[in-house]
Amino acid sequence: MSSLTILEPGPLATIQDRGRAGQAALGVPASGACDRSPYELANRLVGNRPGAAALEVTFGGLVLHADVDLVVAITGAPCTGVPLNAPATLRAGQLLRLGPPVTGLRTYVAVRGGIDVPPVLGSRSTDLLSGLGPAPLTPGLTLPVGRAVEPMPGVDLAPVAHPAGGQVALRVTPGPRRDWFTDAGWESLLSQTYQVSSNSNRVGVRLDGRPLERATAGELASEGMARGAIQIPPSGTPVIFLADHPVTGGYPVIAYVADADLDACAQLRPGQPVRLVS
Amino acid sequence: MRILPAGDRALLVELDDLDEVLGYYAALTADAPADVVDIVPAARTVLVTTTGDLATLSRALHDVTPTRDSRTTGDLVDIPVIYDGADLGDVADLLGCSQDDVIARHTADEWTVAFCGFAPGFGYLTSTGSWDIPRRSSPRTKVPTGAVALAGEFSGVYPRESPGGWQLIGRTTAKIFDQERDPAALFHPGRRVRFVDAGRG
Repeated sequence: MSSLTILEPGPLATIQDRGRAGQAALGVPASGACDRSPYELANRLVGNRPGAAALEVTFGGLVLHADVDLVVAITGAPCTGVPLNAPATLRAGQLLRLGPPVTGLRTYVAVRGGIDVPPVLGSRSTDLLSGLGPAPLTPGLTLPVGRAVEPMPGVDLAPVAHPAGGQVALRVTPGPRRDWFTDAGWESLLSQTYQVSSNSNRVGVRLDGRPLERATAGELASEGMARGAIQIPPSGTPVIFLADHPVTGGYPVIAYVADADLDACAQLRPGQPVRLVS
Repeated sequence: MRILPAGDRALLVELDDLDEVLGYYAALTADAPADVVDIVPAARTVLVTTTGDLATLSRALHDVTPTRDSRTTGDLVDIPVIYDGADLGDVADLLGCSQDDVIARHTADEWTVAFCGFAPGFGYLTSTGSWDIPRRSSPRTKVPTGAVALAGEFSGVYPRESPGGWQLIGRTTAKIFDQERDPAALFHPGRRVRFVDAGRG
């Protein structure tokens, strides 16, 4: 059996695929790769079937050992010391060491054949909120690599932009509870420069800034929320829901991030300035 | 009924009360529009996510007529309960009745899974009885798997060990959520549930 062994996971590394969408009515979060387009690209570059499981590496630091000859592709946040956005061969015994990313937060490592751990509820994704799926990667863990593949693509290098450093603008539209906030609160959401909090994770990106003014004091009955929901808890500062968000939430959603800008949310680093624009 | 915006991939249907949510969810799931990914009922709302066009979805959602009597149409599952929960006495005091009366009421009512949330497979069950139980003032950091509990108008069973603020009245050995089983969740929205007294252990 083909495999690789994790020597160091870095700050956090998990197994991710397209997730478990379609089971939210049972309280099962969607989970899946946080930044979807580089995850998909990594699989394409190694000729994997769509939806194959890959590694999601948070802020670099992953060291893995090729137990046999492997074909890999590394995408997303550009880590130093490794080839990016192109298929590469690792010889048996060779190590792959991801340095820190130059920009962005999450890097994807796809292996030809896919990470072949047993699926849970139709997905191999680690869900940090619900605890479903495989545990986060730990030193010494050997991961099986599958055999199901398609022909290698005739691509040497995929021309993709790296995640943005510096200030990022995210397009938003009014959410279902926009009217729970005053016009001044809405203007404040769109006019201030937020900073990404270090409390951010796969559940959500927390933003530090000035609290928003509420128009309604009451409590919201919990309601369904989708990826990209901008929830405003009692602190008054936004939480943008990412892949492992709970299926329902009890705080009003003032706005949603545009679908096209959701992947960018997954690459925001603590301290990075963010503007929300309509 | 109001249809509220929820980003590029979802709409939030707001309804009058939980009964209307049950009826709307039953009607919508019986004949789901094309491209729908998830239908998520909650206390007053149903969130619908799609891979398709929002305008088309909005028209389809407007046209849904909530099913009547949806509390009595789901399939029925019996849950055996050992009524020895740590808060059974407190609940009896809150209701001004005996512990046996609490058990009698809990087993006599027919419950319906209104929606799920909090954890995979955690169902919020409602009955036509008038329950209104406050949560514990300080939540427990550890509620065991299978704990049968009350809070507000709802009853529920903890699918796995977790923190929780509901009042614990008993426990069941029924597997509420088992990721190796298909379907994994015993409680899905619309399912009817009867609690059966399995003694005091």
